[in-house]
Amino acid sequence: MKANYGYKDGSGEFFITIDTDKCNSCGDCAKVCPPKVIVMITNDYDEVVPAVAEEHRKKIKYDCAPCKPMSGPRNLPCVVACKPTAIVHSW
Amino acid sequence: MVEYWRWKEYRWTAPDADWKNAKTISCGIDVGSVSSQAVIMTDGNLYAYSNMRTGSNSPDSARRALDWALEGTGLKQENMHFIVGTGYGRINIPFANKAITEIACHARGANFMYGPTVRTVLDMGGQDCKAIRCDEKGKVTAFLMNDKCAAGTGRGMEVFADLLQVHIEEVGDLSFKVDKEPPPVSSTCVVFAKSEASALLRKGVPKNEVLAAYCSAMAHRVFSLLERLGVEKDFGITGGISKNKGVVDRLTKELGITSLTPRYDPQVAGGVGAALFAKSLVEKQRAG
Repeated sequence: MKANYGYKDGSGEFFITIDTDKCNSCGDCAKVCPPKVIVMITNDYDEVVPAVAEEHRKKIKYDCAPCKPMSGPRNLPCVVACKPTAIVHSW
Repeated sequence: MVEYWRWKEYRWTAPDADWKNAKTISCGIDVGSVSSQAVIMTDGNLYAYSNMRTGSNSPDSARRALDWALEGTGLKQENMHFIVGTGYGRINIPFANKAITEIACHARGANFMYGPTVRTVLDMGGQDCKAIRCDEKGKVTAFLMNDKCAAGTGRGMEVFADLLQVHIEEVGDLSFKVDKEPPPVSSTCVVFAKSEASALLRKGVPKNEVLAAYCSAMAHRVFSLLERLGVEKDFGITGGISKNKGVVDRLTKELGITSLTPRYDPQVAGGVGAALFAKSLVEKQRAG
């Protein structure tokens, strides 16, 4: 399942896509996320997978900003930590 | 004072159906942000449902919806083998045995309403809009939810019905009674779209044209969400807005594919999905 968390508003599209079919449930992404935007949950189909925490979903543009420098290399901790490359940011 | 946004609450029982011989009686309760539905299914067939407005208190709304669905059927809450709650208020239904997200429930409900060929489901709810892709069993394969903005939601349509003094059920039909299709209102935000509509009215633009402009803006807004997820045939719409053909027809025209015809009221799809999950859970319990 490709779970898209986030929103689209006047300032752009901000989505974190988690491909649960690629995910190996290791939980590394949740461990390295500084603001705890990514947490591990048990979804409706009883899979242990990462998700964007409810309280962050409507403001990931701001909550993820500290990991996204305006210039220089961009190594998003969650994306780097994910060995099966299941996490993608849209912006 | 006439409240134009106030849609009619209703309940339904399957004609000539009897619950007494049913092996499994399952129940799904969808407490949404604007409306609440209780759905009762006997052995996986739709038996009764109710659809009413959500109050300020989710346990209360869930209780009222269930009581109304049970009314006149002779069934009692004790007869339900399993109750699944879904929707915004799902974690707050004290008598539900389990809570499941509305995304999974709408996919499963759409699979029931539209048949197993449905691959893309659009749920246009009261305060959010969800685009869902699913497989032939109604299992979600991808989803995208927009609940940050009220554009493209039922509540947005209610605001417009009130502003233009048109009963909400008539918005769709009236929006087609125009000489030519007007350009969509440019604001996606409901509040700004409302000011834009007021300005159009002051300019003397006929009411139906303003409705048409808003319906097509809403359709376009939802289209961009669906585009992001990708649309695969067959396509079905659930939730309250699915009954507004002003939005639905404009959206399917933009998508270039038609939407399937539902077997039952598509507004109760979430509740139906929850009831189907309830049925599977009972069967799993019995087997295990």
